Amino acid sequence: MTLERIDYSVPVDLKQDLSSLRTRALAVGVIGVAATLAGMFVVGPTDFYRSWLWSYLFVLGLTVGPLGWLMLQYATGGAWGVVIRRPAEAASRTIWLTILLFIPILVGANNLYPWTHAAYVQSHPTVLHKAAYLNITAWSIRAFIYLFGFVLLILHYNKWSAREDSGDTRARGKLTFFAGPGLIYQALAVTFLSVDWAMSQDPTWFSTMWGLLFIASQLLTAVAFLITVMVMLQRYSPMREVLTARHLHDLGKFTLALVMVWAYFSFSQFLIVWAGNLPEEIPFYLRRMNHGWGWVGLLLVFGHFALPFALLLSRDLKRNYKLLRNIAFFILVMRFVDLFWLTKPFAYENFHLSWMDITAPVGMTGLWLAYFFTNLQQRPLMPVNDPNLEETLEHGREH
Amino acid sequence: MKAPVYGVMAEFETPGALVRAAKATVAKGYKKFDAYTPFPIEELSDAMHLHHNKLPLIVLLGGICGGTLGYLLQYFITVIYYPINIAGRPLHSWPSYIIITFELTILLASISAVGGLFALCGLPMPYHPTFNVPRFAMASNDRFFLCIESTDPLFDRTKTGEFLESLEAKEVSEVAH
Repeated sequence: MTLERIDYSVPVDLKQDLSSLRTRALAVGVIGVAATLAGMFVVGPTDFYRSWLWSYLFVLGLTVGPLGWLMLQYATGGAWGVVIRRPAEAASRTIWLTILLFIPILVGANNLYPWTHAAYVQSHPTVLHKAAYLNITAWSIRAFIYLFGFVLLILHYNKWSAREDSGDTRARGKLTFFAGPGLIYQALAVTFLSVDWAMSQDPTWFSTMWGLLFIASQLLTAVAFLITVMVMLQRYSPMREVLTARHLHDLGKFTLALVMVWAYFSFSQFLIVWAGNLPEEIPFYLRRMNHGWGWVGLLLVFGHFALPFALLLSRDLKRNYKLLRNIAFFILVMRFVDLFWLTKPFAYENFHLSWMDITAPVGMTGLWLAYFFTNLQQRPLMPVNDPNLEETLEHGREH
Repeated sequence: MKAPVYGVMAEFETPGALVRAAKATVAKGYKKFDAYTPFPIEELSDAMHLHHNKLPLIVLLGGICGGTLGYLLQYFITVIYYPINIAGRPLHSWPSYIIITFELTILLASISAVGGLFALCGLPMPYHPTFNVPRFAMASNDRFFLCIESTDPLFDRTKTGEFLESLEAKEVSEVAH
């Protein structure tokens, strides 16, 4: 096959376009984040920290979600995994920015989490029982552990992936060996951090579905993002020659599956609370189904589940680059709405949309994208020594 | 006058050759032909334009029937036949219906998928003329076959045979009824 002689390095035209995209993303990012930071003084810290937190949870999904996909493809193999390796690695290398963006949450913890206030803890017996877990020292140590673990995994996967490119035969073993344990770590870390960073905004409320919901959501965010990137890269060499409808079809199937998993987890959580009808559990949904928040929830039922589900059932649509990209982009927008709906009502009884709920997610994602586009230019777009490369290139072609 | 045949069959050694042959056969205008391979070949379905069949519609209808049935089953039991007040919950407690509605959707969709597949393939089929060609047994091992059937309006015993000969075929043989 002639494909074996393809040069996988980033071509000049793609480099130029990525650089101009990076400049634009950086401009949007700087303006958005600067405006949001200014909002802390203009509007007040409560609005600022809440907008920052839910936007941060989105960016976190963009960073560690691709790490999950990387480990999953090392554990299972498959042509779909080889084509997304480089974009997923580039996304995971933004971890430094993701750590930097966490600082305001660390600084503003007492604005976000009621359990940081001694008076609140004393007046809530259930929270008092949780104090050994929910206190600022333990919370900060745990935050450090979550992020440190991600850093280790991301460094490991990027280092050995580069070594595999240069022909180091030990690389494959190192990459696959840590995939299983790494996935377990990620599942546990995301479960705990979702409780620490999002759920503990109301320390009296609890749901055992919460962690799973975040794991599925981050994987969905990541695969939707990777689809949009792959469709963009497909316009340029070498991906124009490498990528086939069949690769996209596989990623589309994952998207459909995760849209269903998201709906399943979201609904299970609701059903358990609704059927149990316990006074300590129902306030979460009472607030989110009324006071204007209900409309946002209804939007999620249709926009985050019904519409993408019905569309993604179609085989032709999953093989149509542009349509699949549009749906993936729409799902990413819905991911924002979902995080907004899950976390914002913790602080506001009635529907409340601050202008910082626009500038924070847009700005943070802008900064993140600028970093991502920089990372994407650093390495060849395909892993040249991946043992599945040949199979990947033949995937969806004549034998 | 020779005895009528089921069709003319060509044998290929590689999946690539079969896919190219299938494309050529479609281009030539043949409609009634089929290909036989030891493993699924995605490109072959593309070449034969086989992706659009009635199965998705059957599965969709099965799923819709299952969902409707599941929901109504619970509605009739809890609202109409046995309206029991349980801890003040409304009789029409739709959230708790969802799981069984979902399960029955999946159940009937999958049964329609299996049943629909059998029906569309004409299974069970205890006799098929292609097995009259002794080498056809290799279709489940390492050979790839394409058979143009005599019911095709363009079918002509000699010309169709010559056409298949021209397509990198290893061997071309007539298939008796």
